[in-house]
Amino acid sequence: MTLLDPTTAALPPRERKPVLEIRDLSVDYGYDQNAVHALQGVDLTLHAGEVLGLAGESGCGKSTLAYAATRLLPPPGVITGGSVTFTSARDGHGGDLLRMGEAELRAQRWRDTAIVFQGAMNSLNPVYTVGRQLVDGILAHKPRSRDAREQARARALELLDMVGIPKDRLGSYPHQLSGGMRQRVMIAMALALEPEIVIMDEPTTALDVVMQRQIVEQIMQLKDELGFSVIFITHDVSLLLELADRIAIMYAGRIVEDASSEEVYKMPRHPYTAGLLHSFPPLRGPKRDLAGIPGSPPDLVNLPTGCKFHPRCPYAFDECKLTDPALGPTRFGAAEPERQVACLLNDERVAPGPIPLELGVRPEGDRIV
Amino acid sequence: MSVQMDPVAADPTSTATLTAVAVRSKRGRRVQFGILRNRKAMVGIVVLAIFILLAIIGPWIAPYNPDTVTPEGLQPPSPEHWLGTTATGQDILSQLLVGTRGVMLVGLTAGIVATLISVVVGVVSGFVGGIGDEILSLISNVFLVIPALPLIIIITGLLPGAGGLTVAFVIAVTGWAWGARVMRAQTLSLRRRDFVEAARANGEPLWRIVFFEIMPNLTAIIASGFIGTVIFAILSEVTLAFIGVTSISDWNWGTVLFWAQSSQALVQGAWWWFVPAGLCIAAVGTSLTLINFGIDEFVNPRLRSTAANAGVLRRKKIRARIGFTPVYRGAADRGAAARGDKEAQR
Repeated sequence: MTLLDPTTAALPPRERKPVLEIRDLSVDYGYDQNAVHALQGVDLTLHAGEVLGLAGESGCGKSTLAYAATRLLPPPGVITGGSVTFTSARDGHGGDLLRMGEAELRAQRWRDTAIVFQGAMNSLNPVYTVGRQLVDGILAHKPRSRDAREQARARALELLDMVGIPKDRLGSYPHQLSGGMRQRVMIAMALALEPEIVIMDEPTTALDVVMQRQIVEQIMQLKDELGFSVIFITHDVSLLLELADRIAIMYAGRIVEDASSEEVYKMPRHPYTAGLLHSFPPLRGPKRDLAGIPGSPPDLVNLPTGCKFHPRCPYAFDECKLTDPALGPTRFGAAEPERQVACLLNDERVAPGPIPLELGVRPEGDRIV
Repeated sequence: MSVQMDPVAADPTSTATLTAVAVRSKRGRRVQFGILRNRKAMVGIVVLAIFILLAIIGPWIAPYNPDTVTPEGLQPPSPEHWLGTTATGQDILSQLLVGTRGVMLVGLTAGIVATLISVVVGVVSGFVGGIGDEILSLISNVFLVIPALPLIIIITGLLPGAGGLTVAFVIAVTGWAWGARVMRAQTLSLRRRDFVEAARANGEPLWRIVFFEIMPNLTAIIASGFIGTVIFAILSEVTLAFIGVTSISDWNWGTVLFWAQSSQALVQGAWWWFVPAGLCIAAVGTSLTLINFGIDEFVNPRLRSTAANAGVLRRKKIRARIGFTPVYRGAADRGAAARGDKEAQR
């Protein structure tokens, strides 16, 4: 979809309004000197109307990032620094979520940022009808009035219709719906208050591929109609390449590459991204060997020195053991201003030699300037 | 981990990795004794330990024979009699010290026996279901409606020579039903969980499923049931002694209160006669309740790290809550250092 029609990603940077700006976010699990540093100095920006994919192996911090940014991380998680600024693209309200009090945060949730949880099918209470759960949620956030319940009911019907569920299902209990339908109900619920950001944490993992396709298409269609932004968390990189405008690749609690999905697919700049892309068969074109990535993700308690990826990196050189690269411009600098990568190969002062062929595909054509 | 462990063996100078290993072993130790880091539980354990110690050595360290009648009646606390004397000149401190053993013995015995009965009946009836469940539920319902105290009075009345252990068993037999109901309800909800189904599919024998799959999930309930029963047993025993149903010549805190009441200590203003015994009962009850709080946080692995670090949280003013992740900026030096690195590299 997006690969063929990169409308949003191709917009010049000035025309894109940021709705969620994550700056230098750090998260620990645990409270004392033995705490695990699950996220370290993460910077990420979500623009209005954009689908931002978070990808990486299990345990790299994808979900931690999404839950920390919404302050939903359960104990022993604790945010140790940074800021998460929400700015409404509609009326400009917002603020730093990390400095909000409980009441502010509760009011902000669902209205501004909604979440579709991992295994959302089990997020429905089995003893209430789907309609009642939708109505309850809407009522909690709407000003009280005499016909509020009627309005909420009408809205619930509208929402069910929007996600393609027959209206007479409003009175059904969760167990009377199939897995895919329950997932749609959860999406409808997330959209009930017209949020500006929808965070989807592996929303299709428990579904079969046909249902997965339908749900993803539905999300994209709703996104175009309603104009919300999406943070899509998944370990299915091929799915992300299809639907995301921009992809942030995470490794060991850091973002190692941040680029449009087309750029990620065609010209990865980080060896880890290249490894991920070689871990599944290509969508089209001739078959190739699946190389994968040797080794396993690092133990966050005992991280390697320097670049956290160097023990598994085929291109690692001596400097990689000493310096932890920061997220910065690529080797091609001005030619691709929208891209960021955290790899020493992209720093000419450290790695003056030629960049490995696989990571050095030149930006070409007139679309990327 | 193993990838990084190998170079350590080869290169003993790699201090960075060595520290990491040391941190790791420290973690293991901390989790094991996590309950001791919880201040509430610690206070409870210390107080209870003191009373258990007194129960063991009390009769030997008692300064006087608690039964010896002397002419020095109704003396207020003095260097000779730390807690004063009764109307008949008996030393009250000695009565309390000798009486501690009876109280603790009855409380703990009744607690253990009642907990055993309630676990067996509750787990079995929850797990087997069907007719077995019906019968066991019927029995526990019958015991639930039996008024405990009158029954205890009748039974101890029928057994005139009844000592502490008899009283303990009577309390246990009348006090297990409530725990069994709770245990049954929890087992019912655990029985259908996926990990139990998986154990069944793997061919684990029934006893293993019950004791190794289901029991660990009941630890918190069993522990709090045990502590609740001990409190109930101690209060019952003291009550029985206070109203004079059990032998008034066996010393326990209730007997002290019985004599204080029958000699009208309150009217005579002899506060030293009944206040210490009352405080002892309150202290044991409080210590058991504090331990209960600690157990709750300790047996749940998800709460354990938060519970074990209660002191750290208090010091850093972090309030760990589900749904509102705390923000702690005290570690600003680390963040600043990271930022410094970044800027230096750009």
